[in-house]
Amino acid sequence: MIPTAFDYARAGSLDEAFALLTKHGDGAKLLAGGHSLVPMMKLRLAEPSALVDISGIAELAGIAFDGKRFTIGALTKHAALAASDELQRHAPVLWEAANHLGDPQVRNRGTLGGALANGDPSCDYAAVMFALDATFAVASKSGRRDDSASGFQRGMFETSLGPGELLASVSFAAAPHSAYAKFAHPASHYAIVGVAAVLELEGGAIASARIGITGVGEHAYRAGGVEKALIGVRASDATALAAACAGAASGVEVRSDAQASAAYRSAMTEVFTARAVAAAAQR
Amino acid sequence: MAFTTLMGAKVKRREDPRLITGRATYVDDVQVVGLLHAAFVRSPYAHAKILNIDVSGAKSSPGVLAVYTSADLRAAGLDVSMPVAADIPGMVKPPHPPLATDEIHFAGEAIVMIVANSPYAARDAAEAVAVEYDELPVVVDMEKAVAGGPYAHENLGTNIAYDLPTKVGDVDGAFAAADVIVKQRLVNQRLVPCPMEPRTMLAQWDTGPGALTLYSSTQIPHLLRTNLAILMGLPETKVRVIAPEVGGGFGAKLQFYSEELLVAWASRQLARPIKYIETRSENFLAMTHGRDQIQYVEAAAMKDGRITALRMKIYSNLGAYHHLLTPAIATFTPMMSIGCYTIEALECQLIGVFTNTMSTDAYRGAGRPEATYLVERMVDLVAAELGLDPLDVRRRNFIAADAFPHPIATGLVYDSGNYQGSLAKLLELVDYGAFRARQAEARKQGRYLGIGFSTYVEVCGMGPSAAMPAPGWDSATIRVEPTGSVTVMTGISPHGQGQETTFAQIVATELGVPIDNVVIVHGDTDRVQYGVGTFGSRGTAVGGAALKLAIDSIQEKAIKIAAHVWEASPGDVEYRDGKIQIKGVPSKSLTTAEVGFMAFRGVNLPPGLEPGLDATRRFEPPNFVFPFGAHACIVDVDAQTGVTTIERYVAVDDCGPIINPLIVEGQIHGGIAQGIGQALFEAAEYDENGQLTSGTFMDYAIPHAAQVLSYETAHTSTPTDVNPLGIKGVGEAGTIGSVPAVVNAVMDALAPFGVKHIDMPLRPEKLWHAMQSKRNGAAHT
Repeated sequence: MIPTAFDYARAGSLDEAFALLTKHGDGAKLLAGGHSLVPMMKLRLAEPSALVDISGIAELAGIAFDGKRFTIGALTKHAALAASDELQRHAPVLWEAANHLGDPQVRNRGTLGGALANGDPSCDYAAVMFALDATFAVASKSGRRDDSASGFQRGMFETSLGPGELLASVSFAAAPHSAYAKFAHPASHYAIVGVAAVLELEGGAIASARIGITGVGEHAYRAGGVEKALIGVRASDATALAAACAGAASGVEVRSDAQASAAYRSAMTEVFTARAVAAAAQR
Repeated sequence: MAFTTLMGAKVKRREDPRLITGRATYVDDVQVVGLLHAAFVRSPYAHAKILNIDVSGAKSSPGVLAVYTSADLRAAGLDVSMPVAADIPGMVKPPHPPLATDEIHFAGEAIVMIVANSPYAARDAAEAVAVEYDELPVVVDMEKAVAGGPYAHENLGTNIAYDLPTKVGDVDGAFAAADVIVKQRLVNQRLVPCPMEPRTMLAQWDTGPGALTLYSSTQIPHLLRTNLAILMGLPETKVRVIAPEVGGGFGAKLQFYSEELLVAWASRQLARPIKYIETRSENFLAMTHGRDQIQYVEAAAMKDGRITALRMKIYSNLGAYHHLLTPAIATFTPMMSIGCYTIEALECQLIGVFTNTMSTDAYRGAGRPEATYLVERMVDLVAAELGLDPLDVRRRNFIAADAFPHPIATGLVYDSGNYQGSLAKLLELVDYGAFRARQAEARKQGRYLGIGFSTYVEVCGMGPSAAMPAPGWDSATIRVEPTGSVTVMTGISPHGQGQETTFAQIVATELGVPIDNVVIVHGDTDRVQYGVGTFGSRGTAVGGAALKLAIDSIQEKAIKIAAHVWEASPGDVEYRDGKIQIKGVPSKSLTTAEVGFMAFRGVNLPPGLEPGLDATRRFEPPNFVFPFGAHACIVDVDAQTGVTTIERYVAVDDCGPIINPLIVEGQIHGGIAQGIGQALFEAAEYDENGQLTSGTFMDYAIPHAAQVLSYETAHTSTPTDVNPLGIKGVGEAGTIGSVPAVVNAVMDALAPFGVKHIDMPLRPEKLWHAMQSKRNGAAHT
């Protein structure tokens, strides 16, 4: 790894992190797990003048569950999410996404907040946060503000985080009937299509649904049309389920690349939406 | 202590503890005082004129000691073209300067070399170089390239490097008499070798003696030394090449790279040691690629499935320059396209084509996977055309087990074989009938299972010197040290093949010394007698054979000494169970160590016998060896997504007697993984501007552990008489055999959709489209 020269400072607390960001100015970048930033630096596509290492700030890591809501620190590693029994029971969609993210080395270093703050259009968690209707807690020197999944995400590699702000945690209500279905790129293992489904069920039929989709468009989105169409559908009825998921990519400017053309990606969005919903209904 | 033979024993690789605990020494681990670092400015364009190179910013960049352009090299007397060892009569050979002169021919070509006091300073300075380009039209597509301009080398006036015809047997008669003629265009896509360790090198000029040491991650230390000495104008005795631990080569380090020359040359210029460790991005761009053929094939067959002739037109994408063996690789393809069958007539036009891409050269299999894929796909297509079972077609065409040695139409002589035997063994492991029943049942439920077979034969153990572009022999020295330890110097250069273990097994068994007392030395031209290196599955078949000859010499001398001690005739003394004894008198014996000490001590030796117990021998192979086998792959193709899941992979391979089953299986496993990679995932893709669009591991899909499976392996053992060990190579067999097995399986799964052929890699989208086309009522081929 041969990046350009940069300063490095380690923050022991949030206050210290904000002070360091101020000190190092516009060229400074936050370093959490480093699994997106460091490869960019290696390729010299990112040339930060300073790295403010926040990976040691204890208050930003950990999974808290009060029986109804989860609050998860931004520095919580993928491996911790993937190993959490509470998540597996009460919000399996996030547990599943964490388990299918990268490989063991990536999961042992990369963080939930780092992945979300990077704003990658194929970020698994972005879809999951949409489906969980999560609240994003954003911290800065001047205090905290809350944001929604749709508010946080602004575009490709673009979030609502302003200068001097960092993502502190996300919180969401338990979602036992939830699942994540992923069609992974064979090389990068990023989502070609990733679909997060959170359901409420009544008598075997879907009473309400939230569907978050990543990898398909410029950024993750909620498939509102599908959510409406799913109401009343029995997930065991494959034909009805497929029909309800038919618009999963409609209205989206679908991406095209060597692994998946827009037409194929659209079709796979429908397939994986149906798979996520069927899996969520089984839980 | 009872004697135990280690031949055939599952001895754990002695190399592994240091490798898996991070204690191995690779080039980048070598540190020397005063070390400088190199970086290269590489072209972002695939084809361009260089109008101007402004190095002023680089020269004034902090920590920079030297900046070299092509003009600087020539001004300092280095006016050379990188060598190509393989020659084809009439072949076009464009000059291949170590740094681009005035025209760029592929994206990634080196233009400027920077030497600085750290890799960071070198890279910073490289970014400060300003090159002014005038873009030229780019040619990437082989078939367009042969049709005319633009030309990859603007002034060459052609993109055709060679056009090599082969015609043997009565091809026209066979086609005229054929019941069916099956035609198919097959693309054998370009692959990136992706060794874990990229190209790494460290050159150290020693001003005192005026001598050079080059550490390089190479498969051919001695050949590299010879070439380096010639190009640098040095006596070969003043060049030492060391290949320390080498993190994989797969043929791409069977090479002499301009970076190796430049780092060595600059070290002499500056009288300082210089290291260059390329980045992974550079490795994708500028290490030789593999495969990249387009094959137009016609097979003439009779109703009963007998294939009587093949007609082929093969385009081989050479890339922009000839590297060491670039033009030779594809010549193996027509030569081996007969496979394990009795095809008597064959016609091929092989066209080597220049394009504005990185050069192709050897990559695990090197021309033979392309042959096996060609013939094994055609066998399945003939079977489909005739409505016959693909196994029946294979059986009907197999060379008979009693027909060896077997000359084939292209002039090679298959040494030994039993193709029916390996297929029979495979079918003991795979219940073919039960699978067909399960497949029929699954199809009713909308699940698409498929089975694919590959019965392959390949040529390796390279090879007879007269048939090789370089010497084909290899060497071994054995020294019995005064304390009885045994030092082996082998001329091959193992880099993952495990000969530190297998060669020690042979020596320990034959000379009766504990394996821990045997050291295998390799990869250092100052320690090891000249050897040719490791490639073409030759390490054990040639280097091991040389070792066996050296063992014979040691035994012969040890027997003479023991006979003298016992006042017996040497004819009455023998090695038995690792000891020297008088025939039939096991109570009277000496060990190799004991005799070795006598030889060292130099007293009581037979008159006229020199002291010391050592021997150097070379083995010149009288023929290649031809390992073979039968592979089966069972797949499940998801009809909704087109994703292929391999359910089972069963491989029966025959490489003759096995020295170490763990190592043979490791080679087979690795080979199959790379074969699955080509069949399903991997493709080096250039866009129309000659930009490599699959130039990172985010895009280029080598199989991850989770994308492959536990292979089932078994063996038959048919010895060869080509070498004294009776063994054949196994390093490339898995790759060669596996690719068609996987593709045949997927095509079998898609048969209900009327699909006959889809080119690799079998990405889900391609399979999905093929299935969709049929569902939508469209015809599909």
